[in-house]
Amino acid sequence: MAEGGVQEPFARAARQREAERLGMLIFLASEVMLFGGIFAAALALRLEHPAGYVDAAHHLKLWLGTANTGVLLTSSLCAALAVQAARNGQARWAACALWGAVALGTVFLAIKGVEYAGEYREGLMPGMATTHFEGRTQQLFMNLYFIGTGLHAVHVTFGLALLAAAALNRGARQDRHAMLIGNVALYWHLVDVIWVFLYPTLYLAGVR
Amino acid sequence: MSGAVRLLLVWAALMALLALTVGAAFLPIGMAKPWVAYAIATAKAILILWFFMEMRRESGLARLAAIAGFVWLAILIMLTATDYLTRRWIM
Repeated sequence: MAEGGVQEPFARAARQREAERLGMLIFLASEVMLFGGIFAAALALRLEHPAGYVDAAHHLKLWLGTANTGVLLTSSLCAALAVQAARNGQARWAACALWGAVALGTVFLAIKGVEYAGEYREGLMPGMATTHFEGRTQQLFMNLYFIGTGLHAVHVTFGLALLAAAALNRGARQDRHAMLIGNVALYWHLVDVIWVFLYPTLYLAGVR
Repeated sequence: MSGAVRLLLVWAALMALLALTVGAAFLPIGMAKPWVAYAIATAKAILILWFFMEMRRESGLARLAAIAGFVWLAILIMLTATDYLTRRWIM
């Protein structure tokens, strides 16, 4: 006889949790490799054109990037607190923490939008009519910036949908093994880890 | 220590590291700058993985799965650097 909430073919929730966690971690490893290509490209560009890379990165808005790092780290804290609350049987707290993470994630996207708008006005967005780059290195850097942060923003958007779905799911909130909330939180933390490395690669590199 | 307090302390440490990495970027340390920035980023990632992603409670198998992607990424980064750093030697 299976416990409540446990799905086939698992007999025990602990076993199902272990299997789900392992599958999620393997998926996250594939995400690390997806972004790995972008980091390798940034490394190649920086080694080939060290001075041009720094000049190109200097045009990014360091303080907006820094604020976004803080916002995303705090959002991760909310997700971690949600897992803990669900495990302690505090379903209401779990929902509050999840909505907190969603709110901060939305703030992150809003700040990113402000940044993109600024870059569009300054003619730094690739492929636009008003685009004007100082040179080949800046063009390559801005391409990399938009691919890297754009792909990351897509992941943030998916993460927000997953967090909201978990917050709305009564079964997930009341699950003392925090299976669904735990897996969603893992995804959200990885999106955070990726940003932690995008930040020095793109923003901090521009401080002269 | 209660779980929530521990998570809050980890968050405070992450914020301190963020302040540190911004400060270090403005120091006149020249070539060491990217090394310091990536060392601090790695410290932040370890804190997130160990406490937020709960690797401290997981089994060895789960830890292995979590680290696998980073190991392959390290190989990718090392081979890329080996290529670009040594190109001028043979030209």
